[in-house]
Amino acid sequence: MDLTLRVWRQESPEAEGRFETYRAVDVQPDMSFLEMLDILNEKLLTSGFEPIAFDHDCREGICGSCGVMINGQAHGPQRNTATCQLHMREFSDGDTLVIEPWRATNFPIIRDLVVDRSPFDRIITAGGYISAPTGSAPEANLIPVPKETSDAAMDAAACIGCGACVAACPNGAAQLFTAAKVAHLNLLPQGGPERRSRVERMVETMEEYFGSCTNHGECESACPKGISLDNIALMNREYLLSKIRSR
Amino acid sequence: MLKNRGPARNPLMRIPILSVYRTDTGKKYAMAISGVVLLGFILGHMIGNLHVFEGAHGGEYRIDEYGEELRELGIQFFPRTLVLWAFIRIPLAVAFLIHIHSAYSLTRSNRAARQTRYQSPRNYLAADYASRTMRWSGIIVLLFLAWHLADLTIGVEAVNPDFVRGSVYHNLVSSLSRWPVWVLYVAAQLALAFHVWHGAWSLFQSLGLNHPRFNQFRPLFAHTFAVVVTGGFLAVPVAIALGIVA
Repeated sequence: MDLTLRVWRQESPEAEGRFETYRAVDVQPDMSFLEMLDILNEKLLTSGFEPIAFDHDCREGICGSCGVMINGQAHGPQRNTATCQLHMREFSDGDTLVIEPWRATNFPIIRDLVVDRSPFDRIITAGGYISAPTGSAPEANLIPVPKETSDAAMDAAACIGCGACVAACPNGAAQLFTAAKVAHLNLLPQGGPERRSRVERMVETMEEYFGSCTNHGECESACPKGISLDNIALMNREYLLSKIRSR
Repeated sequence: MLKNRGPARNPLMRIPILSVYRTDTGKKYAMAISGVVLLGFILGHMIGNLHVFEGAHGGEYRIDEYGEELRELGIQFFPRTLVLWAFIRIPLAVAFLIHIHSAYSLTRSNRAARQTRYQSPRNYLAADYASRTMRWSGIIVLLFLAWHLADLTIGVEAVNPDFVRGSVYHNLVSSLSRWPVWVLYVAAQLALAFHVWHGAWSLFQSLGLNHPRFNQFRPLFAHTFAVVVTGGFLAVPVAIALGIVA
């Protein structure tokens, strides 16, 4: 199939960006979206042009590096799928694809489609961990965890921190990411002792960088890992309880 | 590009419970709780309006009596209208101010979070018309409220020249018999319907009220509430247009 691509090109964080139009010819339906960009980049290189910069690492949907807006949707049209796992069979011959980087004030564009997502690291640093002495791990069966709880915690832990929730949110809010991390740790007994300080510090760090939730649900539909909005309600509840009880 | 959250300048914001309001999440709680108060008000107001359909008993319209009953709440112990002011009007005004201030403040925070907008059209999957127009439907309801108070509560001459203090039925019919006013009331009720539709669901999320067993009832509650309240409110202008109430 032949496609028309309109790709955001921007040399540096300060530079003025613009859309450039490219033709992608002979695209195979079995190619992944990133392979299609790889082939386009090879052609750009051999004709003496700068290749399109995009972030990628594992290409199997678990690292969270890739992620662009494709036709106005974070990670493109297929639900529960990261950009690297999106295949060209989702598109048809003659389609025009508009490819734009995530847009958020605190996800500044580094180059072309690559953004700096380090505010997510700040949120994790604020409390997205369990302080435990190192040494041999205790016997796992000594800490009973109900099946429903471990399922909910594992579903939240599936978050890969790609930033699609912020990108998709009309408010540029990071509630889904932060809530997934809070829920994943606060639901489990190991996370219990620090649950109040964790939620307070993570929420307050999140608010320094991102907008606020108005319950649109765009994040949930953009999330490649299907993280549920229920986690946001849980985070709001945990934050409220910690504010009431710690005073 | 960090949002500046230095020490509170306003001394009130150093009080622990009020300091929660400094955070965006705290403003969402305030938005939800004031929203619950306002939902209670519009439900009560809608039910009260239905007295219009009871017509007149012994020369006095039932809704005129109802209006007087509201002003005479607690008359056994307190002066006339004191209870109305202290327990209904002032708390409602406070809820409105909190609702509006938190909306304003959160909107500013959200705008700051994406200073450069998407340069290509967005393709929304989940955000619906109601959720994306909350600010607009809210502003329409606020402007309508100003008109509504001037029209039927205060009786400003320029807004409602036929206003007679205490004659609720007469004021209502004479005001809504003017077609531009009729259109304004119906349009405002539809804006309110959309606002309530999203708000009555959203408040559960903001307050963290969720449970797998009752999550499915949250949108159901919001939709039912919006339909019942809007239906009740629209019954009056529709009845006046059809000549059932005259």
